[in-house]
Amino acid sequence: MSIFIDQSTRLVVHGITGRDGSFHGKQMMAYGTNVVAGVTPGKGGQQFEGAVPVFNTVAEAVRETQANTSVIYVPAAVAASAIFEAADAGIGLIICITEGIPVLDMTRVLPFVHERGARLIGPNCPGLISPGKSNVGIIPGNICQPGKIGVVSRSGTLTYEIIHQLSTQGMGQSTCVGIGGDPLIGTNFIHCLSAFEADAETAAIVMIGEIGGTDEQQAAEFVKQKVKKPVVGFIAGQTAPPGRRMGHAGAIISGASGTAADKMAALQQAGISVMKRPADVVPLLKERM
Amino acid sequence: MNLHEYQARDILRRHGIPVPPGEVAATAAEARAIAEHFGGKVVVKAQVHAGGRGKAGGVKLAKSVTEAEAHAKAILGMTIKGLTVRKVLVAPAAEIATESYVGIIVDRASQRPVLMVSPAGGIDIEEVAAKTPEKIHRLAIDPRYGLLPHQAMTLGFALYRDVKQARAAADIMQKLYTAVYAVGASLAEINPLVTTPDGSVQALDAKISIDDNELERRPDIAALRDVSAEAAAEVAAREAGLTFIKLEGYVGCCVNGAGLAMATMDLVKYYGGEPANFLDIGGSSNPQKVVAALRIITGDPTVKAILFNIFGGITRGDDVANGIVQATTAFPLKVPIVIRLTGTNEREGITILERAGFAALTDMDEAVQQAVAKAKGKAA
Repeated sequence: MSIFIDQSTRLVVHGITGRDGSFHGKQMMAYGTNVVAGVTPGKGGQQFEGAVPVFNTVAEAVRETQANTSVIYVPAAVAASAIFEAADAGIGLIICITEGIPVLDMTRVLPFVHERGARLIGPNCPGLISPGKSNVGIIPGNICQPGKIGVVSRSGTLTYEIIHQLSTQGMGQSTCVGIGGDPLIGTNFIHCLSAFEADAETAAIVMIGEIGGTDEQQAAEFVKQKVKKPVVGFIAGQTAPPGRRMGHAGAIISGASGTAADKMAALQQAGISVMKRPADVVPLLKERM
Repeated sequence: MNLHEYQARDILRRHGIPVPPGEVAATAAEARAIAEHFGGKVVVKAQVHAGGRGKAGGVKLAKSVTEAEAHAKAILGMTIKGLTVRKVLVAPAAEIATESYVGIIVDRASQRPVLMVSPAGGIDIEEVAAKTPEKIHRLAIDPRYGLLPHQAMTLGFALYRDVKQARAAADIMQKLYTAVYAVGASLAEINPLVTTPDGSVQALDAKISIDDNELERRPDIAALRDVSAEAAAEVAAREAGLTFIKLEGYVGCCVNGAGLAMATMDLVKYYGGEPANFLDIGGSSNPQKVVAALRIITGDPTVKAILFNIFGGITRGDDVANGIVQATTAFPLKVPIVIRLTGTNEREGITILERAGFAALTDMDEAVQQAVAKAKGKAA
């Protein structure tokens, strides 16, 4: 098992003929992800890489190929619209890689996705990978190994760093999920922790948070109440100054609860082993498993 | 992007919210002319992106035209929290009966715009929230239906007993909510919302922050950016598509990805150093970005060593390596550089660097330790 994606994932790539969509479309196909369709308005009827049919709309792609998962690489100006379209077409899992969607657009997207019963991962995220089964997004497949560690993170390249630490020291992963660095996201830590707790293949969980908001504190409370599996955590931004946005739209310290120190304390109180640096991940996991 | 008070007031006025008169001046003579127009008794307020203007001496009451000119002269050019004041707002001194707070912020927890009102206005709302949380009324607005009239009226009555004033406040809340979506604000607050002795309700001071992601589709709002109110290096970085924030330390950091950039700064501190900056070159594969990044870091005289930490994904190691070689050929480095390069096209990148005489590491901890040691060696 794994969470959210596996061999049964039938993927439609939104923006498959664009620069990012075509590059990562090929990467995902090379990894073995079951890419069943692409969508680019006006290019319906074409074939991508001679193997994947391109449609004008997501609804057509779903009707013709039974796609159940969509990944979005389209530019920020049209990305919110792409999420609406995927949810309306009955896609159950939508992954939005695109960075730069206005937060007010997301205040309208999220209730719509929720009403349609879909799950959104992102936006502004690297996607997710269940090593050896399916890779949806932009996480480099070659740094991952199949195994028993579940990884959930608000970051992109920092997630790669942690995965790299795990893989090179013999700890494979069940699924790695990048939930995104924006203030409003579709899937949060708690959704992923809950899925990992229920997944028979996952033996321990690594959660990577950062400054800004209180998602990590709520996740810590959830771990305390509901998670029996060992959890190891990291918080980026211990040296970040208050009031300044550290790259991610959501990474800003406003008030005491958004600081790294506050989050690390909340994690510790919930029984989560807290790393001081990324290289601590494997020793801490070994201690707990 | 933060707007100045005078810009925020213009937006509110355009959305039909009653805002008392006032004009902006860049010189003491202009301030004098505006004061004359308003009859002499005016308040002169520094226009700067920093809180605590009053405490810093950036807000002064003038009883005469001459006094207004003198205040403007003193305030223009003064520094508040590291930022130089280049403009002042000159407005008639208002007579105030009561001060309240009305604000809208996009709330992460409820994933909705939240309207907050408090009868305790005129002071920092975070202070009110900390000391007397019962004085703050909150409402998460469902964006599918907007702010409903009865919801606004309920909050209007939370501020005023008088029905006319409550209705006026409710109308202002509706218009503020419309303004938030119209300009792409992540925060819009009126503090204080005042009543005057004759009973009218007015927005005396306003603060609006725009979501940077809105700027591309709103050129009129983007044009309000005041680059003179921002640090020069941060402006240069933004124009090059980088995110740069100056910090107090001496190890210059250049990283791909915001999370890894923060973790790198933290690791510099962990090994006894102090990071000089946050710099995220983003997920692109463009050597020119690396050149721009190095230009910014080397322009900072407090930097004693430069640390690259690149974990290639979309970013390719050979592109970063080419950027480093191009940049250091164009402007030779005066401080040591430590490069960590791993991930996509790692081998190609390291080969390019080694041919140009640079050593490249693949381990993050080792690279950070070396950079801290070299920075300290140089500093000693």
